[in-house]
Amino acid sequence: MAACSRIGRGGHSMDKSITLPADEIFRNLENAKRFAIDIGGSLTKLAYYSTVQHKVAKVRSFDHSVKETEDDPLYEISVQEEITARLHFIKFENAYIETCLDFVKDHLVNTDTKVIKATGGGAYKFKDLIEKKLKLKVDKEDEMSCLIKGCNFVLKNIPHEAFVYVRHADSEFRFQNTHPDIFPYLLINIGSGVSIVKVESEDQFERIGGSSIGGGTFWGLGALLTKTKRFDELLQLASRGQHASVDMLVKDIYGGAYGTLGLTGDLIASSFGKSATADKEFSKEDMAKSLLHMISNDIGQLACLYAKLHNLTRVYFGGFFIRGHPVTMHTITYSINFFTKGEVQALFLRHEGYLGAIGAFLKGAEEDNPNQYSWGENYAGSSGLMSVSPELNPMQRARSGTFDMLEMDRLERQLVNLPLLQDPSSYIPDTMDLTEDAVAREYWLFCFEEALEGVVKRAIASQPDLPQTRERAEKFSQKYRHKLQTLRHQPFAYGSLTVRSLLDTREHCLNEFNFPDPYSKIKQRENDMALKYFQKAVKSLESLSWEQRQFALVKGLLAGNVFDWGAKAISDVLETNAGFGFEEAKRKLQERPWLVDSYNQWLERLKGPPHKCALFFVDNSGIDIILGVFPFVRELLCRGTEVVLASNSGPALNDVTYSELQILTERIAAMDTVIQTGIKEERLILVQSGSSSPCLDLSRLDKTLATVVRERHTDLVIIEGMGRAIHTNYYATLRCESLKLAVIKNSWLAERLGGVLFSVVFKYEEPPKYQEETHQ
Amino acid sequence: MELNGYHCEDEAAAETEEEESVGEKQQWAQRKESAAPRAGDTTEKEADAPRASASRERLPSNSMPRQRTDSLKKNRPPFPWFGMDIGGTLVKLVYFEPKDITVEEEQEEVESLKSIRRYLTSNVAYGSTGLRDVHLELKDLTLCGRKGNLHFIRFPTHDMPAFLQMGRDKHFSSLHTMLCATGGGAYKFDRDFYTMADLRLRKLDELDCLIKGVLYIESVRFNGHSECYYFENPTDPDLCQQKPYKLENPYPLLLVNIGSGVSILAVYSKDNYKRVTGTSLGGGSFLGLCCLLTGCSTFEEALEMASCGDSTRVDKLVRDIYGGDYDKFGLPGWAVASSFGNMMCKEKRESISKEDLARATLVTITNNIGSITRMCALNENIQRVVFVGNFLRINTLSMKLLAYAMDYWSKGQLKALFLKHEGYFGAVGALLELLNQS
Repeated sequence: MAACSRIGRGGHSMDKSITLPADEIFRNLENAKRFAIDIGGSLTKLAYYSTVQHKVAKVRSFDHSVKETEDDPLYEISVQEEITARLHFIKFENAYIETCLDFVKDHLVNTDTKVIKATGGGAYKFKDLIEKKLKLKVDKEDEMSCLIKGCNFVLKNIPHEAFVYVRHADSEFRFQNTHPDIFPYLLINIGSGVSIVKVESEDQFERIGGSSIGGGTFWGLGALLTKTKRFDELLQLASRGQHASVDMLVKDIYGGAYGTLGLTGDLIASSFGKSATADKEFSKEDMAKSLLHMISNDIGQLACLYAKLHNLTRVYFGGFFIRGHPVTMHTITYSINFFTKGEVQALFLRHEGYLGAIGAFLKGAEEDNPNQYSWGENYAGSSGLMSVSPELNPMQRARSGTFDMLEMDRLERQLVNLPLLQDPSSYIPDTMDLTEDAVAREYWLFCFEEALEGVVKRAIASQPDLPQTRERAEKFSQKYRHKLQTLRHQPFAYGSLTVRSLLDTREHCLNEFNFPDPYSKIKQRENDMALKYFQKAVKSLESLSWEQRQFALVKGLLAGNVFDWGAKAISDVLETNAGFGFEEAKRKLQERPWLVDSYNQWLERLKGPPHKCALFFVDNSGIDIILGVFPFVRELLCRGTEVVLASNSGPALNDVTYSELQILTERIAAMDTVIQTGIKEERLILVQSGSSSPCLDLSRLDKTLATVVRERHTDLVIIEGMGRAIHTNYYATLRCESLKLAVIKNSWLAERLGGVLFSVVFKYEEPPKYQEETHQ
Repeated sequence: MELNGYHCEDEAAAETEEEESVGEKQQWAQRKESAAPRAGDTTEKEADAPRASASRERLPSNSMPRQRTDSLKKNRPPFPWFGMDIGGTLVKLVYFEPKDITVEEEQEEVESLKSIRRYLTSNVAYGSTGLRDVHLELKDLTLCGRKGNLHFIRFPTHDMPAFLQMGRDKHFSSLHTMLCATGGGAYKFDRDFYTMADLRLRKLDELDCLIKGVLYIESVRFNGHSECYYFENPTDPDLCQQKPYKLENPYPLLLVNIGSGVSILAVYSKDNYKRVTGTSLGGGSFLGLCCLLTGCSTFEEALEMASCGDSTRVDKLVRDIYGGDYDKFGLPGWAVASSFGNMMCKEKRESISKEDLARATLVTITNNIGSITRMCALNENIQRVVFVGNFLRINTLSMKLLAYAMDYWSKGQLKALFLKHEGYFGAVGALLELLNQS
């Protein structure tokens, strides 16, 4: 298929002159194993599995029995090497294939890999070249099954993989929430022909139909009609043309609309119906446009007929005809909308071009069980989706001749939904979609750019003894700044742009340059200091009446939450005033009534029977966790409520990590019998959230957490902090009672929510009523 | 006098009609209803009934009350009887030539009427583009109590102005005030008919007319032969043969009308049908693309080229990609994987002939219609498909392809049927409306 298609691109010969930017593409080749390659008509996609050695911050408790002085830190921090698995996918033009193979060969050291899985039409053509260059045996895999395997993989592992295309909208791409169960779906692959595949489960799919009128028809017929050789050029011609001069419209036959059938006058009655004459010339643009409409409408119509017959509503489109081309995405969307009267939406995939390579790779990696893990897109190493409208994105044309990358990190644990989500299929973690909200986008991009300098400083300070700290910090700064710039032009690059994705991208970039935990020392210092006040704080709480104590506990939680290095308003204060304390923070808080204030309902609830089990998503280290959260937890335990403390698996800002929290809990237990008994009787347990983000995605949580929640019949979820309760989950509906609390430490956001800096959100919610009834 | 040369009786009838009481109008409506089965019923007995009564009418010994004969005569529209279907590419005209004209009638017949009759029946070509499909003529047909022949005439829609000019020259408007027309052109040219030829069109829905026409022609049969036929052994080129088909108990059926564009109708009874879908890839696309690709200018030329061409040089077949069958998906090697797919390649573009391109265009359009039709049949749960429309005129290639595709891809579940009067059913339906409503 591709052997011939390539010739259409005549002008491009093998280009060996290009120098590959080694530190950007084909990374981690030293440890690479398991290769796969997908060679299409014009693009090659290379996939490999590699292990990445990178630094992680570890905390280790000292032996406190021999603790000598008060000033000794609570625990020690060490930066260690850790090995994690990463999938690399690189996409480049076929013209570079030889250069790339040479590069791979030169950098591939002591791999025991013997074969390379290959798929795509070009796999045959380049078989000898690959075998000669890489000394690997080419093992051909069926294209369609690779495609489906790849499609399942991205749908399962990449949130916001699918989108609907809306031309001329402020954001062309509307990302879809991935349904927890991705099956069944229809995949319409528009290559040179069209294949219509029904996918019912991981291993079960069926080609239920197809059509010979596809991308090859557009290209072949288009080349004949317009003497234009390249597919891209044909699309460009089409985007400039007027089809009405070539097509016979309903109004050409009727003089207007065909009212009784509801067919509007502009509808095409007969494609190319006006060109049935020998004595008229038609412009290339108009013919290309007419051809594009003819083919898109035809494919759309067949897709709808198949979707209807098999009763499927999720229809994904892929193949080179679609591949990020706004023109074809638009015409296909239009056609689907027309034929289903809006009942079915045409869905496209962000990583559509990689599906074959991913699938081929997975086939070769079955012994590593890649499907048993959860994977996450690495924003630092992935290029992200480009807008292909040249007018929207002038950078695009320059980019098309280079390389596109996707990197996926193997997550240490399997991620699942929080079982308490009211409706997992409609759950959207993020409160604000910056892709669609241009004002908010501008603000937050500015905000992150402004904060960058501070982060760099913090990163350097965190590793005084490690080599090349400054250089790495500078590289981090460049990379993140570039990402922010990209996102300014293409907010849709990694799915919907959100505060969460901006934060996560920063964490990924920091990790990339071996700054696993820039706040480790600050966290350590603050934890140390706060611990000293714990007993005092508990004592003063115990002196209060029940009702006073409940309020003081909530106020303590809120005041603790002020200590957030992620908020510039706070980090500025903390940088300059190390003595800024708990009492000062309490004074900063807004007086009641708060911005969102359901404290009275909460208090009433507390007068009732205790909760069975509370799940508490904690936020910052130091005062927040020790003086805010622990006293609150202590009260819950005293009430007879079990408590599950969920903390981040990996570091993010000054958020307390699971391993830090283990040490802290141990230390607090040593001072406090309630906590100690709780731990001993397993009425207080610690779990990891599975996340390394300052935000919280309740649809991607550690499987163990989900199990604990289910086993313990959790009936209260507490979510603390801006990142977890405001930027995300503010609107999340749970099947049990929930408490979302945070202090708004950003004046812009406070203003947006109708408040001022240090406004308090205290949102106590009961589950929707009908749900309760069905459960009883 | 020439201009107003009405048949006296008809003129009187027309005048009285205007003064007709409501009661009489209702009577009309009833008659309309009773006449309806003629178009729809298919059993031989019922279909014959109106004809029998009509022939009795003319016999002097007819026992039918005078009153009834009068009303029939009165309500019968004056000659000439036309039905017209103005499509995107072709105008289809059916003309009923009465063969039972009495001496009296002949004397009373105005000159312009006579001249039209002679002009149409003594020629087979009109102007430079009008043609009469003599082989389709229905002989000795009894329509509305009159016996005669039904003629089938077509000309390109773009020659409409010339046609209107002719109507004006032949003083057509002096004979009729109303002409029954269907197809989009009935709307588009409505004003032109009035301003250029002083003719008022009675505009009829094209799908209504199409179905009425199909059911009528099928019921009266084609000069004693079956109107409907199919291809026996469609999957075996050596044994494939055209065979008559008796379309008994036809419902439900899928009616696929391939004109410039395509309409697909599901017909459940004579007056219960719906348009399931349509496609813009129709006869107009075949001819339009052929003209662009080969420089030809007529359907006949395009078909002629297609018949000598080889589409497999233009299309990419399954075997071109997989070396043979793609067993995993049950795709035979000969199936087209990508229409015009070989044309992505420069060398191949330079190696093919115009004939190959014409053939590939024909195969592409035809197979696509076949595949949409098949999906509609599955969605509507209908096993019989009747293909009509002028795309199939002298186009055995497409018909065999459709017959093959229906049979092969449905594993013998679907039957493709064809009708001899291919593209004329809309016009016939329009004529029937004229006779029903005057």
